[in-house]
Amino acid sequence: MKSNVKILRMNPNIFITWIFIISISMIFVSLISAYIVKKGEPGGLIINLPNMFIYSTIVVVLSSLFKQIAYFSAKKDDLNKLNYFLFASILSGVSFLILQYFSWGELVNSGVFFVGHPDGSFIYVITGVHAFHLISGLIFIAIVLFKSSKLEVHSKNLNLIEMSTTYWHFLTGLWLYLYVTLYLYN
Amino acid sequence: METKLKTTTKVNVDHEEHHEEHHELGFIRKYIFSEDHKIIAKQFLITGIFWAVVGGLFSSLFRIQLGFPDLDLSALSPIIGNWLTPQGKIDAEVYLALITMHGTIMVFFVLTAGLSGTFSNFLIPLQVGARDMASGFLNMLSYWFFFLSSIVMFISIFVEGGPASGGWTIYPPLSALPQAVSGSGLGMTFWLISMAFFIVSALLGALNYITTVINLRTEGMTFFRMPLTIWAFFVTAILGVLSFPVLLSAALLLIMDRSFGTSFYLSDIYIAGEALANEGGSAILFQHLFWFLGHPEVYIVILPALGIASEVIATCSRKPIFGYKFMVYSILAIGGLSFVVWAHHMFISGMNPFLGSVFTVLTLIIAVPSAIKAFNYIATLWRGNIIFTPAMLFSIGLVSTFISGGVTGIFLGNSALDINLHDTYFVVAHFHIVMGVSAFFGLFAGVYHWFPKMFGRMMNNGLGYIHFWLTFIGSYLVFFPLHYIGMAGFPRRYYSFSTFQAGNIESFVDLNVFVSYAALITFAAQFILLFNFFYSMFRGKKASENPWRSNTLEWTTPVNPGHGNWVGPIPKVERWAYDYSKTGSKEDFIPQNIPYSKTPESNLPDDDQH
Repeated sequence: MKSNVKILRMNPNIFITWIFIISISMIFVSLISAYIVKKGEPGGLIINLPNMFIYSTIVVVLSSLFKQIAYFSAKKDDLNKLNYFLFASILSGVSFLILQYFSWGELVNSGVFFVGHPDGSFIYVITGVHAFHLISGLIFIAIVLFKSSKLEVHSKNLNLIEMSTTYWHFLTGLWLYLYVTLYLYN
Repeated sequence: METKLKTTTKVNVDHEEHHEEHHELGFIRKYIFSEDHKIIAKQFLITGIFWAVVGGLFSSLFRIQLGFPDLDLSALSPIIGNWLTPQGKIDAEVYLALITMHGTIMVFFVLTAGLSGTFSNFLIPLQVGARDMASGFLNMLSYWFFFLSSIVMFISIFVEGGPASGGWTIYPPLSALPQAVSGSGLGMTFWLISMAFFIVSALLGALNYITTVINLRTEGMTFFRMPLTIWAFFVTAILGVLSFPVLLSAALLLIMDRSFGTSFYLSDIYIAGEALANEGGSAILFQHLFWFLGHPEVYIVILPALGIASEVIATCSRKPIFGYKFMVYSILAIGGLSFVVWAHHMFISGMNPFLGSVFTVLTLIIAVPSAIKAFNYIATLWRGNIIFTPAMLFSIGLVSTFISGGVTGIFLGNSALDINLHDTYFVVAHFHIVMGVSAFFGLFAGVYHWFPKMFGRMMNNGLGYIHFWLTFIGSYLVFFPLHYIGMAGFPRRYYSFSTFQAGNIESFVDLNVFVSYAALITFAAQFILLFNFFYSMFRGKKASENPWRSNTLEWTTPVNPGHGNWVGPIPKVERWAYDYSKTGSKEDFIPQNIPYSKTPESNLPDDDQH
């Protein structure tokens, strides 16, 4: 008889991170679906996506890479490298935000405005909401960096950095998804 | 993975040590900024009760307008002075604001936060055998975001121009343009801010519920040994995580349209002969986004109530719940289907009729799992040793209203019939019975049933019976006639029907008067519950540990469980939750923590299936 059934356990906070990611995805899925339907209607705008998006994509992928290296360093207790790479991922994250800001400028120059036809407004809202979440990810990494500077992140205490790495990769993946969809349905 | 396992065990050990040295928290940490799921549950309950009274008051006011349009309310002017016209009647725009706020308050603040917030919080850790929620801190945040959202919504009632008044569905362009109606000004802004906080609160709550159910079950508590309450709360939380973010996007785009001049929902609009600049948007987009939340939302409202009813009906029939696994699969099926039927709210929005027929079929399929649940409740009651506690009466009442409200759903889910019935009182009757009254009955059943665990005292049964019969008969008298009013073609949300003559409209005026009397009496009857609730909290009979002789784990805790719930180690679960009246057993119930080795007289060959 199954009297001593073991229950599968995962660290609850890591699990919460994953559900949190699912719920954020729903925001973007709904916005992207709305955008796709909108683009399917006749009489929309023809938009040249900013070239800056290519650079910001490269930067955000690099940032994810740095974050992963930071995670591996924490696992190997290489605490100097950990701090360097956490800092590098913050730096590249901030550069991504700056590049996104420039790409908005590029959109404005090409005559696509936030206030105007919804086809254009959607691009601002989708990238804007993504940037907002990226800021929350940056704050999260900053907290990890603060903790690791107090030597609280190491191979015996990986939960926090694992959560922030998962979240950061998610935000990178999300950007790739958004970029590809915006590109394909343009 | 191994390190993770170790960390968890360590945390648990710490917790137990912490529990043994037990120190008293200060008043603020214990009752206000508490991280204890039981206190947070009570906070949700009390706030929910407050909102229920406000929502009920609003409905009384607009029922007065509908039933007695010529009544002079000047006597009320000290309280609701600026809501009245000089003739002492409720102002037409105030009327719209009242129905909007009634819907918003009841759907979100009472039946989502008040119901899920209370019982998911209270029962999940207790019934799965956990010391507390996965994250007490997030749980506390969840309540305080709800509190913040409540404050903003409450303030919105008093702002310039009045609260939001575009209906609880806040369809643009009505809600997007302040010129449209005075409630679409500041009141609507407050509504959106409040709902943004509310969504954050609902998400934080749902994160915790899911994580706790999956990760913090006690040893032996497999998924198919979980009580149906937990299954219901679990699926409800999943629905919340998937649907509330979509409402957030809808609200976000609406905020952009209102405050920054974008045109997501606006196009080709003329106001007073002048064209607005907005172009290219689509009001239908909002309806899609809104109902993608809105339809799962009605299951977020009803599933916890059904879960509570399952538990109460099995306990008070002294019988195992009939078809446990089918109940679970039905909950899952309802949850899954709830995401693919949203467009049945939009049949007359100009949708392609073929698409309409697809959504009709999907909608009608929901009747299958719903009917399975209804049949299983009846089969559980069948030849049971029924004990009519107030909780049991309300659960049976729920089965009744769930069926009679569900049947009209079959009519409304049909895209051809919906052309006639859309936005009439028939719809109002349907959803009030199937999700309003039923969910309230679940809430009442939960309060009566778990009151002893919440406050260590019993509620007064006599008052409970009076409350039940007045509410049960009253609700039917309120909502059943509305079907006829709806079939006669009365549109919902109209301020007045007495000022225009069409067909035999006058013969329905009497019916409206009748409904209004019934509504006022039913609302008044709720104060019996309020009195019973607060009186019993302090003066009720002391409860025993397991007053209903129930099987689930919460009844193995002390009468007044402290933070951490169990004094010793957490009990192990040895069997499912429904071993009532098992043949051969001396008692008619065997709690979940009693191993099979202690009950050789009643074991069955297939017991290990549970």
